[in-house]
Amino acid sequence: MIDIKEYGEYTTSWCPGCGNHDVLKALKQTLSELDLAPRDVAHVSGIGQAAKAPHYISLNGFNGLHGRGLPSAQAVKLANPALTVIAESGDGCNYGEGGNHFLAAIRRNVDLTLLAHDNQIYGLTKGQASPTTMEGHVTKSQPGGVYNSPFNPVAVAIGMKCSFVARAFSGNVPHLVSVMKQAIRHKGFALVDIFSPCISFNKVNTFGWYKQRCYELPADYDPTDWHGAMEKAQEFGERIPIGVLYKNPRPTLDSRYDFLQKGPLCKQPVDHGTLDTIMDGYL
Amino acid sequence: METKDKHIVIGGEAGQGLVTIGQMLTKALARSGYEVLVAQHYMSRVRGGHNTYRIRTGNGEIVSPVDGIDILVALDQETVSRHKANMTESGIVILDETLDPEGLKAVRVPFKELAPRPIYQNIAGLAVVAELLGIGQEVLQKLIRNTFRRKGDEVVTQNLTVLDEACRWTEAHKSSCTPLPPAEGDSDRMVIHGNEAIALGALAAGVKCCFFYPMTPATSVAQNLITYAERMQLIVEQAEDEIAALNMGLGSVYAGAKTLVPTSGGGFALMTEAVSLAGVMESPIVIVLAQRPGPATGLPTRTEQADLNLALYAGHGEFPRAIYAPATVEDCFELTYRSFDVTERFQTPVFVLTDQYLADSYRAVHKFDLAALAPVAEPDTGSEGDRSYKRYAFTEDGVSPRKLPGFSEALVLADCHEHTEDGHITESMDVRVAMNDKRMRKEQGMRAETLAPRYFGDEGASRILVCWGSTEGPAREAAARMRRKGARVGVLSFTQVWPLAPESFMPLLENAEEVIGIEGNATAQFMKLIRQETGFKVHRTVLRYDGRPFTPRYILQNLGEEEG
Repeated sequence: MIDIKEYGEYTTSWCPGCGNHDVLKALKQTLSELDLAPRDVAHVSGIGQAAKAPHYISLNGFNGLHGRGLPSAQAVKLANPALTVIAESGDGCNYGEGGNHFLAAIRRNVDLTLLAHDNQIYGLTKGQASPTTMEGHVTKSQPGGVYNSPFNPVAVAIGMKCSFVARAFSGNVPHLVSVMKQAIRHKGFALVDIFSPCISFNKVNTFGWYKQRCYELPADYDPTDWHGAMEKAQEFGERIPIGVLYKNPRPTLDSRYDFLQKGPLCKQPVDHGTLDTIMDGYL
Repeated sequence: METKDKHIVIGGEAGQGLVTIGQMLTKALARSGYEVLVAQHYMSRVRGGHNTYRIRTGNGEIVSPVDGIDILVALDQETVSRHKANMTESGIVILDETLDPEGLKAVRVPFKELAPRPIYQNIAGLAVVAELLGIGQEVLQKLIRNTFRRKGDEVVTQNLTVLDEACRWTEAHKSSCTPLPPAEGDSDRMVIHGNEAIALGALAAGVKCCFFYPMTPATSVAQNLITYAERMQLIVEQAEDEIAALNMGLGSVYAGAKTLVPTSGGGFALMTEAVSLAGVMESPIVIVLAQRPGPATGLPTRTEQADLNLALYAGHGEFPRAIYAPATVEDCFELTYRSFDVTERFQTPVFVLTDQYLADSYRAVHKFDLAALAPVAEPDTGSEGDRSYKRYAFTEDGVSPRKLPGFSEALVLADCHEHTEDGHITESMDVRVAMNDKRMRKEQGMRAETLAPRYFGDEGASRILVCWGSTEGPAREAAARMRRKGARVGVLSFTQVWPLAPESFMPLLENAEEVIGIEGNATAQFMKLIRQETGFKVHRTVLRYDGRPFTPRYILQNLGEEEG
């Protein structure tokens, strides 16, 4: 186990009481318990409050563009499979701006973990609806209430037979740590949708709102049953299940390249002999 | 540049196999020791329409496509009607006996008799042209064996039989077409086009990742890398869109893999936010931008040079970049190779700016000498390093030592915001200014290495044609024809269009009586750039934006000169 101090301590720009503090705490604990040294982790994010995470933890970090963290994260893993890659960003980044990349990442199945903070609102831009904001929710930008039906990330991911799909709540750190550990250990694209309440701009889905509804999946729940998982993924109302909803082990993109097993691409030789033969093919 | 050459145009509908005949004929000519220069004009459709595959061939240097047609291979009637006005005096059309030569001198071939099935008609056509040009049958036989080997012995034998019969038929029906003079060039050259040369240049430099979304005319760069991906051990991944492609590229270079992202106009437009990210993150990335006419979808399969401003100004904010503009297939190889070195040393995006004409233009080139290449710069993968490492450390030349994640105790934080030396978000005005200055200092280093433009022609020429990229060849030939009429003309050809180093070309421009800008766009983008950087205004321009490459005739006519 690595001393948690190794992951640093930073002043954040998050509001006091924001769920993100607990997600960060859980991530440090997870890495420590998994014995993952900072040098061996690449932490990739986009834009949003959650996406500032790489600035608040001592890891290798890549703070990219809004919605585009996932493409960069996948390529980091492909270029150096020895790195444990964690993508972290919010619901706006992953499900809104980066929606196409989210779908592609599920299909491509590169071995990485996506920690998707889900507060059902835009925090950084101060309170507009996000793709997961509930219907009827009144915001400054949607004064008549949100009329779009909400995006259900876990149902979409399970529908696409994503390799690993989980839901967690920042208000239950021990459970969150357990889910994060399983996600990082899982070989393949692992989605963890984490309810992380925004105390400033979401007065509907508050800490108490989630606390009242979230319940841990029972021990006998079978995450390999696709139909059962689809059903659980629809449960979002009076009760919301948290835990590993679905698992579908399948080959990762990175494992399909034999030469990647030899280590990072930048250390692999440039074979001018073979290239010379290739040029002969044009003669 | 005296050329005794022929211009062969194969025309027909998409799907009729004219590219197959064209490619085989190009290879046969090159293997016989002739020069070749191909221009492919095609429509954005898989079937039908009207396409041409144009081969200029002969002895001596051939640098430009031309207009006049010596041999027209018409696979349909439309080809005859469309091109008859461009036939040279001795021009001849080769066509099926059922088609109407419309008054042109013709070789009317009974293709149905010569080929047992329509699929073999292309070989019959190839045989007729080759025989008329005087290409030895052995070259064609070898080519057929290599081309069809994988389809089995029967297919090879059938094709050889058709070849033999068609050659004999042609000999028996000798026409007035004069064959090519004996070949004077090397017969052991590669036949490759611009995009293939770019792929080879990238492979030579050690490219390990390519992310792309298919888009004409850039697709064949990635397609070529895919062909060799297993042997050269690289990853070529088709991204969900161009936005993903470049953001993936920035991820792989962060982790140390040399990466190429090829695209064209609209696809590149989608990438511009990530270009800006590469600027602030100081990412070494090579972007190939193969131009086609816009705006928007424009003329998807045609050529233009109108995206210089796009490449130059893509991305919000200010950051340095380098833009190379290959003029030849050899340039495509060398400048792509160079791009990987420059981008790693200056940690900022580097562009290889080509166009559809060059991308698809086959030439006969000598094998690239890999042993002669200077090594490409590499990031620091050493195991020394600790937590004090600062990814964006201030340095005199603006270049901060680039470490990679996972190789040492040093943690590498790459960031999209304005950041401190260690990569953390900052809103400090002082740091902002210092960091912006640091990034822009790199431009001075890049400018010091800017390639001087190439000059062709008379010393102290009174007229200078200024061009960039693939327009070099047509400008050179136009100048040569003007010189034959006694004019003192030179061509100044830029293969790097940013940053500019005015001291390398201003004396030449200032001493000329007339400077004429030639470029493939409607607003003279590069000439304006020269003016912006130097205050020098070219006296005249010849611009082309109809989707076709420049030809000497086009340039001379627009200058009011005789064709020569």
